[in-house]
Formats: sequence, C-alpha cells, structure tokens
Amino acid sequence: MTLTPRDDFSPVQQASGSSLSGPQSTNLGDILERVLDTGIVIAGDIRVNLLDIELLTIKLRLVVASLETAKEAGIDWWENDPWLTGKSSQLELENERLRERIEELENGNGRRRAIKGQATEYEDAE
Amino acid sequence: MLSEGVWTYAVIGGEAAEHSFGRLRGVAGEPVRAVTGSGLTAAVGTVRLDEFGEEALRRHLEDLDWLAATARVHDAVISEIARGGAVVPMRMATVFLDDARVRGLLAARHDDFVSALDRVTARQELGVKAYADPKALTGECGSGEHQSGEKLSGTAYLMRRRRALASQDDAFRIAAAHADRIHAGLLKHAVAGKRKPASDRRLTGRDGWTVLNGTYLVDEGRVDVFRAAVATIDRNTPGIELEITGPWPPYSFAGDVVGL
Repeated sequence: MTLTPRDDFSPVQQASGSSLSGPQSTNLGDILERVLDTGIVIAGDIRVNLLDIELLTIKLRLVVASLETAKEAGIDWWENDPWLTGKSSQLELENERLRERIEELENGNGRRRAIKGQATEYEDAE
Repeated sequence: MLSEGVWTYAVIGGEAAEHSFGRLRGVAGEPVRAVTGSGLTAAVGTVRLDEFGEEALRRHLEDLDWLAATARVHDAVISEIARGGAVVPMRMATVFLDDARVRGLLAARHDDFVSALDRVTARQELGVKAYADPKALTGECGSGEHQSGEKLSGTAYLMRRRRALASQDDAFRIAAAHADRIHAGLLKHAVAGKRKPASDRRLTGRDGWTVLNGTYLVDEGRVDVFRAAVATIDRNTPGIELEITGPWPPYSFAGDVVGL
C-alpha cells in the first residue's frame, strides 16, 4: 500500500515562490478533480465555464469513466490495454497470417503436410 | 477600468481578523487575507485581472503547467486554513470584482455556508483508490505467453486472442466486484462516501486499472480506524492495491447539504 502524506505545503516555500518546484507528493489528478469539482458552486463575477475548457474536459477530467459505467456505456475499456493497442496493425497481421494459410491450403502442394502442421501447432499453442 | 480582482479560497465560520492567515501566499503570490461579513470569513487574495480575469483565465486554464501550479497553490492554501478548523472550499477560479461583492456572497449564501460548515466540522476527507492487476486477478501468469507471432497459425493466433479477451473480461468482472465490496466496506467507517470517475492514466502514472476512485468523509475520531480498514483490505485482496490520499479539505462533501 502506498501512503501519500500531504506534506507538500509550506508557507515559507509559498512565499518564496518555490512551492512549484518543491516536493509534490500529491498526485495532480487528485488535486484537480477536487479543486475543479468541489461541491459548493458559487458563481463569481469572473465567469469562466470550466466545462468549456477543452483541455480540462477532454484531457484531464473524466477521461476514463469508472469501469462499471464504461461497461454499461459499452465502452471498450480494453482498447487501452497494451496488448491490443495498435489495433489496426494487429488486424493487418492477423489478415496476413490468414491469407498465408489460405494460400498454403489452396496451393494443394503439400496439402497434407499443411493440415498436419496445423494440428501440431495447435498442440504448441495450448 | 478595473485591474484587480478578488480570488476566493474558502469560507470559514466566525469573523476573523484581516491578517489572521499569517504568511499564507496565494495563487499570485499575494498575501491571503480575510473578508468578513454575516458572521463568516472568506479567505481571499487580490489578483491582477490581466492574469486572472475572464479572458486570461480561459487561456491559462488550457496551459497544463499553469493549471497544475495554480491548482496546487489553491489547494495548499485551503489545506492550511483547514488545519485550523472547518472550511468550505471554493472551487478554483472563483473570482469577484471587489471585497464588497464577496461580502454580498457571504450574506446571500449565509445559510448554505453555515449548513456546509456543520456538515464538515470535525471531519476529514480521505481518498481511496484501488488499482487492479488483471493478470493477478485471473490467476494467469504471463510466462506462458508466446513470443509474438512466429510459427503460430492464424487459427491458433485467433484462439489465443479470444482467450486473452475472455480472461480480461473475467478480470474486469472480478475487479468490479472487488471495487463494490471495498467501497461498501469503507462506507461503514465513514459518514459519507462517493465514487468518482477514475483519473486518466497519464495523471496517475499507474499501469493497473483504477477500479475504485472513492472519497470518504470520516469523523476525526475514526480516521485511524478508517486507515486500518484500508490497510486490512489491501492486505487481504490479492491483485488489488489500495492507495489512500489525504486528509483533504472537504472538497467533495461541503456541497452536500446545499443541494447544488
């Protein structure tokens, strides 16, 4: 377990302006989701609709919905999985392999060997 | 033409002396001071509108470095004030034209602030995140994986891919069930709890899935019990790693009673 004490504040550091380069043990995402989404909503005189800020909404906030919500919404959460990223290249690879197999089989040449070979590969794959 | 505005950090109970926030410095490096009225105190700072005005804010908020630095200071100021007692945090970038407007707010929303302060008095907000390791959850060890590709037939490749997806799906279901159970377990030790959307991976810097991004309002006297509960769950749940953050000012709960 990782304990993350909030020890990154010091009034002295603040005053000297060095707080920005000081220890930052608190995750930026944790801070942002709170200071931007804090429960009590007060309309100031300076109107900046945070929802209009593209970077915030698209890149920082709510980028990944919680898993169950994502599932309900039909989001393919595993699209982010490293194993499947570069989806197109995986598909291309797959197609290429299938095409090779078909060619080999249609070729008639060495047909028996191909089928036998496939069975062997099955065992390897298990 | 106005050149300065009033950035607000938090509202606390009682009318504090103007310089009661000591050496605290705000988002513009300005001294944090008190604006009082209606039995309440707003912690504010005077900021230049050419940096914190409407147009400038809109521009700056798109700048991740500026955003990060400003958010950290805003949070740090509120956290420091929260050490002295109950606070109602203001959302970042709540800026008024002058002190009179802030006093107007304290008067107009007096009852809301008082209710919110009651709600969070002697309580702390703690964040708990759960990260899942999909492989550990399904008991699958990565060593059986083939080197990508060679000598694998198309069919075998597809079967392997289907197995991988099915096992990811299993891992997802197991992780989601764990997250529900953990959240329910932690609620027993808290006054209230909420599940937030998971942060972007680029912000968490973690590889695992964030299956729970919970935040909990805990009575001060129960914080140790809450932390112990988190540690116990962490120990007893293979494949799930818990991370606790805070105590935070009650960002996620101060607005509960206001109904906004």
